[in-house]
Amino acid sequence: MEKITKIYPGTVALDKVDFFLNDGEILSLLGENGAGKSTLMKILYGLTDPTSGEVYYHGEKINFRRPVDAIEKGICMVHQHFMLVPAFTVTENIIAGSEPGKNGFVDMRRARKEVRDLISQFKFNIDPDTKVENLSVGEQQRVEILKVLYRKADVIILDEPTAVLTPQEVDDLFVILRRLRAEGKSIIIITHKLKETIALADRVMILRDGKLIRDDVDPSKVSTNQLSEMMVGREVDLQERRPAKNIGDVSLHVKGLTVEEDGKKKVNNVSFDVKAGEILGIAGVEGNGQTQLIEALTGMRRVDSMELLLNGEKITGTSDRFLRAGIAHVPEDRLSMGLVKEMSIKENMILGYHREDDCCDRRGVLKRKEINDKGNRLKDQFLVKAPNVDAKIDELSGGNQQKVVIARAFSHNPKAIIIAHPTRGVDIGAMEYIHQQMIELRDKGAAILLISADLDEVKTLSDRLLIMFEGEIVSETMPGELTDIEMGLLMTGGHSMIEEE
Amino acid sequence: MRLDNLKSSKYSNMRSSVVNSFFALVFSLVLGAVFIWVTGYSPFETYKAIFGLSFSTIKGFALTLSQATPLMFTGIAFALAYKVKMINTGAEGQLYAGAMAAALVGAYVTNLPGIVHIPLALLVAFIAGGIIAGLVAIARVYTGASEIILTLMLNNVIILFTSYLANGPLKPEGSGVGQTERIADSARLMRLVPQTQLTIALLIVIAVAIIIQFMLDRTVFGYELKVTGNNRRAAEVAGINVSKISILTFALSGAIAGMGGAAMVLGVNYRFIEGFSSGYGFAGISIAALAAYSPFGVIPAAFLIGILRAGTITLSRTTSIPIEFVDVIQVLVIIFVAAPTMIRQILNIFKRITGKKKKNEIAGGEVQ
Repeated sequence: MEKITKIYPGTVALDKVDFFLNDGEILSLLGENGAGKSTLMKILYGLTDPTSGEVYYHGEKINFRRPVDAIEKGICMVHQHFMLVPAFTVTENIIAGSEPGKNGFVDMRRARKEVRDLISQFKFNIDPDTKVENLSVGEQQRVEILKVLYRKADVIILDEPTAVLTPQEVDDLFVILRRLRAEGKSIIIITHKLKETIALADRVMILRDGKLIRDDVDPSKVSTNQLSEMMVGREVDLQERRPAKNIGDVSLHVKGLTVEEDGKKKVNNVSFDVKAGEILGIAGVEGNGQTQLIEALTGMRRVDSMELLLNGEKITGTSDRFLRAGIAHVPEDRLSMGLVKEMSIKENMILGYHREDDCCDRRGVLKRKEINDKGNRLKDQFLVKAPNVDAKIDELSGGNQQKVVIARAFSHNPKAIIIAHPTRGVDIGAMEYIHQQMIELRDKGAAILLISADLDEVKTLSDRLLIMFEGEIVSETMPGELTDIEMGLLMTGGHSMIEEE
Repeated sequence: MRLDNLKSSKYSNMRSSVVNSFFALVFSLVLGAVFIWVTGYSPFETYKAIFGLSFSTIKGFALTLSQATPLMFTGIAFALAYKVKMINTGAEGQLYAGAMAAALVGAYVTNLPGIVHIPLALLVAFIAGGIIAGLVAIARVYTGASEIILTLMLNNVIILFTSYLANGPLKPEGSGVGQTERIADSARLMRLVPQTQLTIALLIVIAVAIIIQFMLDRTVFGYELKVTGNNRRAAEVAGINVSKISILTFALSGAIAGMGGAAMVLGVNYRFIEGFSSGYGFAGISIAALAAYSPFGVIPAAFLIGILRAGTITLSRTTSIPIEFVDVIQVLVIIFVAAPTMIRQILNIFKRITGKKKKNEIAGGEVQ
């Protein structure tokens, strides 16, 4: 691709960017949100036209008008959000859209054989006849990759492929991608995770504000800090620890928390304390009871047993009670749980606190001016990038959406706060900012419980660190006491082994 | 400057739905004209008969408004329930329940001054419709039963039960048809235009629309209602009692439909008459869609449909054109409203053909 320029009304998304991809290489495309990564890929994939510039593929000038044209040439994309039919089998999902057979009949026997051959060729280890709804997230992703392989892809674009995977699944994915490279496929991966870039890519290309910064970075010769500096344009240090100085008394006291679901104990007799001015981190592979733990601590579900004290006062009841008592919540999935995307920034800024005196009068009428002012104040204070507070949440980037959630929870001076995956899917700039805010909140004396699947995040921010496995706390340490490998072992059930040594 | 932005953003949203509904109407009239012409009638004569009535005399205009009044009630009812993403297909039944309730209060509670009698009858109708819808909502929230199936089934139960009452225990002596006793004069709604059926029911429904719109835009209840409708999970996280909001909203929706029934009894028929509704409940669904589910937008939308419905009277009286064409046009409106993208594409085709700036202005609000 040569001198690709794409101008959207009001912004230059790409400014004379040259792009090349060799056969059989893994290229990592880095850049903050809005740097132009997706636009570049959309042009390559035929979803949108460049304003100027030319695209060549194997020396031939091409002009894709639709993704189908790109697929025909062997350029395929695996989207961040899977596009699978849960009730269909693996085979049915893979062939959907390019079914073998004729006269309107599908030749299922041939389809199954072709899929089986593909699976064994790339050692994907999936049963082609199971239904997709019974597969793990990592396996579903393999089905997505199989889909593009079935369409004879030579260039595979992966958008944030590791965002939803467990560390083990990430390793499996990398093995698969390396195998694909060995077969001569070219792979472009778009990611925010710099460690993964360094571990996997042959070459790194960096975009910033629509301009090409570098396209020849050798990942084996740079550090993650150098990469993030190139992306953001200034020094960023996400690894620096800023331990708490003023840890107070126990603020949040949790004892004997048990949650049963479908006859299984998802959280089993968990007890811990979070002190004022402290960040307690809980690391663990997703699905080990974190969701149930969060729901119990925010009053969103009935628990089988739990004693929860906030500054010595017992708290029970619904989420409304918990919020009012001063336990704030940054939910694990901002769009499905934290925000109403059809509503405006200011309306979302008061969500959960809309019954307070600064939002409504005693008759239950909302104070429009106050809400508007509050929205503007928080938007400015928490650096939410948006044209105005009436913009819909839908129109914001992921990082800015998360800032709205953070602004809302942090600005109400919570005594304790449950924060889940605060920086999932946000770019480095926003991540750094959110981390800073968490530390500020801690230093103001709030008790913070941080639950995150991002090991680096938990290690850097926590003042104390718990590891959760199958609903139980399997270790409590100070950060730095354990190596990554030890943590990984504990997270996957290896605790008994360590104890025995 | 911020305030300006605020207004323009809201305004453009509203404008886009107004543009959409307007063109839906225009296209259906044009397409309707084609159908009429193809079947060998004169589109001009037809439209003259339909629209002539509403806009030539005050009485005609009043007739249109009185035809539109019950539709406004059921339209608001559907639009409100839709805000919590619930479908109230039971407006027809709630309308009958409200009508029966108002007829009973009107006929058997006597010796009251009008100023008490009318509000009492309306209130009882409001409660009747509200209880019926509220029970459905409770079943929906606590057992997951489909409110669509429940309300559709209940429609039959209520309509048949009220018919039984009107033909059996409540039937006045000597009456040939299924109906109840005449209501007391004190329960009759005042007429706005003499010798027409246009009564203060119109003012009542406009007040209801304003109150509901205010509730949605300005109150805590309305805010919680919108959050619940758009994202239940986020509402739960925010400590909103989602079950309570859903049940109350649906009950309120039913209550408004019930008031529509009362308006028919107290203002038009002066008694409950078996089968009095000409599909008001279901017409409410299409009117709510035409109004883009805005409670206040229901008022003009119902007025437009009222023109068509009132037009059928002159159409059958002065011409031999089948009145079913009016139904065809109504259905076309709904099809076009339900497909905003189609409207945009048709407008784009026009734009390409004419290439005039004028069209740009019209479509501009939507493209963005």
